Amino acid sequence: MFDKGIIAKLKQKGLTGRGGAGFPTWQKWEAVKNIQADKRYIVCNASEGEPFILKDKYILENYPEEVIYGLKIALKAIPKSEAIIYLNEFYYQQFKNKLEKLIAASPITLFSKPGGYLKGEETTLLNIIEGEKAEPRVKPPYPTEKGLWGKPTLINNVETFYWISKIAKNEYQGHRFYSIEGEVKNRGVFELPETYTIKQILEQTGNYPNFSFFLQVGGGASGAIMTPNELDQPIKGAGAILVFNKQNTDPLQLMAGWAEFFIRENCDQCTPCREGVYRLKEALAKGEIKKEAIDEVLLALEKTSFCPLGKSISTPFKTALQKLF
Amino acid sequence: MKKINITIDGKKIIADEGQTILEVAAENGIQIPSLCYHPDLSVKANCRICIVSVKGLTSPQTACSTKVQKGMEITTESPEIAKLRKINLELIFSQHKEECADCVWNFNCQLLELSKKYKLQITRFSDRKSGFPIYNFGPALQFDSSKCIDCRNCVEVCHKQQVGHLQIVSKNNLQEIIPNDKNPCIFCGQCIIHCPAGAFEGVGEFEEIETPLADKNKVVVFQFAPAIRTTIGEEFNLPPGEDLTGQIVAGLKQLGANYVFDVSCGADFTTLEEATESLERIRKNENLPLFSSCCPAWVRFIEVYYPQLIPHLTTARSPHVILGSILKSYWATKYQIDPVNLVVVSIMPCVAKKYEITRDELRIHPTESIAANAPTLFGEADRIPPVDYVLTTRELAKLFKKHKIDLTKIDPTPADDPFGNYSGAGVIYGASGGVMESALRTAFSLVSGGQKIQIEFQEVRGQKGLKTAQVDLNGKKIKVAVANGLENAVKIIQGLNKEYKDYACIEVMACPGGCIGGGGQPLPTNASVRKARAEGLYKIDEKKELKMAHENPALKKVHEEFLTTEEIKQKICHTYYSAKNN
Repeated sequence: MFDKGIIAKLKQKGLTGRGGAGFPTWQKWEAVKNIQADKRYIVCNASEGEPFILKDKYILENYPEEVIYGLKIALKAIPKSEAIIYLNEFYYQQFKNKLEKLIAASPITLFSKPGGYLKGEETTLLNIIEGEKAEPRVKPPYPTEKGLWGKPTLINNVETFYWISKIAKNEYQGHRFYSIEGEVKNRGVFELPETYTIKQILEQTGNYPNFSFFLQVGGGASGAIMTPNELDQPIKGAGAILVFNKQNTDPLQLMAGWAEFFIRENCDQCTPCREGVYRLKEALAKGEIKKEAIDEVLLALEKTSFCPLGKSISTPFKTALQKLF
Repeated sequence: MKKINITIDGKKIIADEGQTILEVAAENGIQIPSLCYHPDLSVKANCRICIVSVKGLTSPQTACSTKVQKGMEITTESPEIAKLRKINLELIFSQHKEECADCVWNFNCQLLELSKKYKLQITRFSDRKSGFPIYNFGPALQFDSSKCIDCRNCVEVCHKQQVGHLQIVSKNNLQEIIPNDKNPCIFCGQCIIHCPAGAFEGVGEFEEIETPLADKNKVVVFQFAPAIRTTIGEEFNLPPGEDLTGQIVAGLKQLGANYVFDVSCGADFTTLEEATESLERIRKNENLPLFSSCCPAWVRFIEVYYPQLIPHLTTARSPHVILGSILKSYWATKYQIDPVNLVVVSIMPCVAKKYEITRDELRIHPTESIAANAPTLFGEADRIPPVDYVLTTRELAKLFKKHKIDLTKIDPTPADDPFGNYSGAGVIYGASGGVMESALRTAFSLVSGGQKIQIEFQEVRGQKGLKTAQVDLNGKKIKVAVANGLENAVKIIQGLNKEYKDYACIEVMACPGGCIGGGGQPLPTNASVRKARAEGLYKIDEKKELKMAHENPALKKVHEEFLTTEEIKQKICHTYYSAKNN
């Protein structure tokens, strides 16, 4: 039943991580498999902590058997391994019974802790499982070398495991899941080809607005602001589209909301993210945008933050400032 | 180690695989600015100042956390790097209250240097932390949280010391470093040594330093610790390890000291008591292993965290306390000075010593002495402290500079009789292993019956955190261990029923490297600085003809004239300990 050449298949299909970072999945698998170790871990990230992204929830609700099957394939492919599914507390409550039933006697355990933006970062997840502070670790070492409890660890998103299952069953057709939220008629999660442009996705789902609008693409906090003339391209990063009505959205208020979100969610470890986001919040709360200072803070965030999530904070602000004023 | 070729700023460099960019650059004379990096601690990479460009990578990399790779081409300065460092530094300044004039960094500060180099607007953002509290840690040190730049070095070193008094909490969605009273501070002062922003300082560091000299009706005696003579030069731009014993005496005399004595002489008294006590305990096989007790942070660590081990501590008073006790009894009487008018000031490499002198257990009763000439009437409540003030190495340097005393230009003077003379064993007290070696020299000599004995104990010397040795004491095999840094002391404590079961003596210094790495020492302090400071002390010992504590003539005389009964010895040379909750 299990396919020994799964890694080759993942490579051939070009599957990339669906958590948002888009790293080639086969490379992670190969790294964890090939490193010398007496024990390895597989972590399925179901923390889904960014606002307006609900695709993992949708998958756990509708296709939990595919996710568990994907995990079982990983357990088989990666020697001396056991698996953990990291669920945010809501998903845990909701899907615990169903998942436990599917897991049966497999070496897969459920782990539940509050979700949140930072949990999308792999090493933060590992720290929480180990009972350490919820913040990213210094890399290297990467989790594939030294992850959970110091052992090589493979971390993939719920959706990635779903597609692994499909690839193993030869049912993968280059699709992905998209969360569509905001001022649209048909909110929800949709499975469509990953080559689809944003415009096609909106049209296909009956969500293309008939009013003046802009979008936030890639996540309800860290996604980029896009205007209608930019939609002839597929989505990079997390599959999420948030639609705003231009007439009744105050961009300053929108940005202030992001700043509030990030100051609450970030870990305060590094200077640009701790102090920079504080200054963004301070400026936006006053409605003051001193362009030079904000531009410089955003540049420092993008170029010098400790973790990828810190780096991504500049995206929404930068694109909003460019396109909405 | 595999060698690899890289280039930094166009310079071809052969580096060891596994080294970080920051380490390779430093070895090759290329300075990359960094704040949160301290070689004693783990790489945290949180200040984001040591960023450099690596060819082929779009984002800059932190030099402290990035390992060199074959063929790597690194650029440490460029307009882009400068711009990014500038904004991160301005953000750091936005959380740091500047009080440069009275800062432990003494203008030798990375932040200040970088503010000039990158032409910062240090007030570009309002001070986020203005109004943040100053926390007092007992009578020893202070933490001004409005200067903290959140690098977490203090928290890490405090946990490394097995104390955990400093902790990270979240307030208003921002991290804050605050003391945790559930884990009392032991006053080692390693937070001072590892803070790049000068947020920690000793109590009184800049306010009270002249108090002892202000009262002209008093007789002021200064005594200075072994470990400051090879460190204070650093405050005058001399390399670490330079011996300034005579210059310190001359400087203190210029400040107005009536007498200047050497704590190394006090160390000789401590050694004799400790060696005698350890021989006695070995003979009786009682309360072994014996723990050294001259480090007050270590004593407090035991009293707070391991009170069940109190019986292991030697009861011998620490060197400056033993000498202070002798000064306020025997010596005051001899010189017909009312002990109440005698002010004893110790210059120490340590902030825990500021706490030590407040210990009630150490007070002495002047009538204990043969103070027939003391005119004051004493009641039981009038017991006096053996030492009145403790100034750190940094404070003394500050005081010298204020009075325009330049130790590099002053002619050395010998310390006063009788307590200006000391043995080589006394002076090595300042380095980890020194107390053990001194005690071994004396113990060996006491049991040898006049035979020539071993003087050097190389195994207990050096900067290693945990050192062990087995010595042959007149046919009996004795195991000893030396720990510096409390993480190493805890290893011994945890092994007391196992691998350290049959050990006879344990020396512990709370600070890495011993007192030469103490919390009162000049900044910066790191492994190479500590090594040079310690080597300076061993050089003094090498040159000294008087090698053994108990052969110090001053000590012999005090023993003949004053410390003649067990009772008086107990009162002047020994102390006691008790469990403490805060």
